[in-house]
Amino acid sequence: MLLRLIFVVVSAFTLGFALLMVTARSLFHSALAMAASFLGVAALYILLEAEFLAGVQILIYVGAIAILIIFAIMLSRGTMRTAEPVVNKQWPFVAVVALSLFGLLAFLVSQVAWPARSAEPMGDPIAALGKAFVGPYVVPFEVASVLLVVAMIGAIIIAREKE
Amino acid sequence: MIPLSWYLVVAAALFSIGVYGVLTRRNAVGVLMGVELMLNAVNLNLVAFWRYVTPTKMTGQVFAIIVITVAAAEAAVGLALVIAAYRTRRTVNVEELDTLKG
Repeated sequence: MLLRLIFVVVSAFTLGFALLMVTARSLFHSALAMAASFLGVAALYILLEAEFLAGVQILIYVGAIAILIIFAIMLSRGTMRTAEPVVNKQWPFVAVVALSLFGLLAFLVSQVAWPARSAEPMGDPIAALGKAFVGPYVVPFEVASVLLVVAMIGAIIIAREKE
Repeated sequence: MIPLSWYLVVAAALFSIGVYGVLTRRNAVGVLMGVELMLNAVNLNLVAFWRYVTPTKMTGQVFAIIVITVAAAEAAVGLALVIAAYRTRRTVNVEELDTLKG
């Protein structure tokens, strides 16, 4: 029962800051709300007993990506005139689409008899994850490394000053 | 014990909020932030299914880590494109970046 209460509080925190992120007038407030929402997702990972992913979530999303986005906002500041609306003219239509998408997904979820938590993770999940990455999943792991290098070089080339 | 469907409903709500942000924001950085929210919703689903359906295999967590890697690469390239567009066009408003429109 206590676990359910914690889940409801954490979910409300996550979804509340996500809503603030898409509605905030200032892009800075939006970025900070996004970081808070990602922190809520990390807490949900801890509730799911995926502690390593929670740490990764905080390091990459709350740390790196939030900082990267704040840098991008500061480097492109002054272009959006503050008197103009931050959302485009189609927002009521999009709100209806997003709400019906959520309604559809929630309806589908409610129609299926989902399995209850049965087995517990065996042994140390972090050790198992490390073994999985050098065992059966070594090819995706290496491809992800190559992707990161390519993306890094590409980002530097795209963003650098032309002589 | 928390039912699996609760996690799925929260992830669906997070995804819908992300869709709303992507389709309504006029600033390109705001659009990218919406995409990150959608990727997070997907990851939440992956981890929830891992915990409830196959907790003895690490497939779900491995997939979630690959998605986080792709999201980081996407954020880096996307924000570099925003900065490049700002440098050449002096705007990051997606409604004004319509040169490719026929």
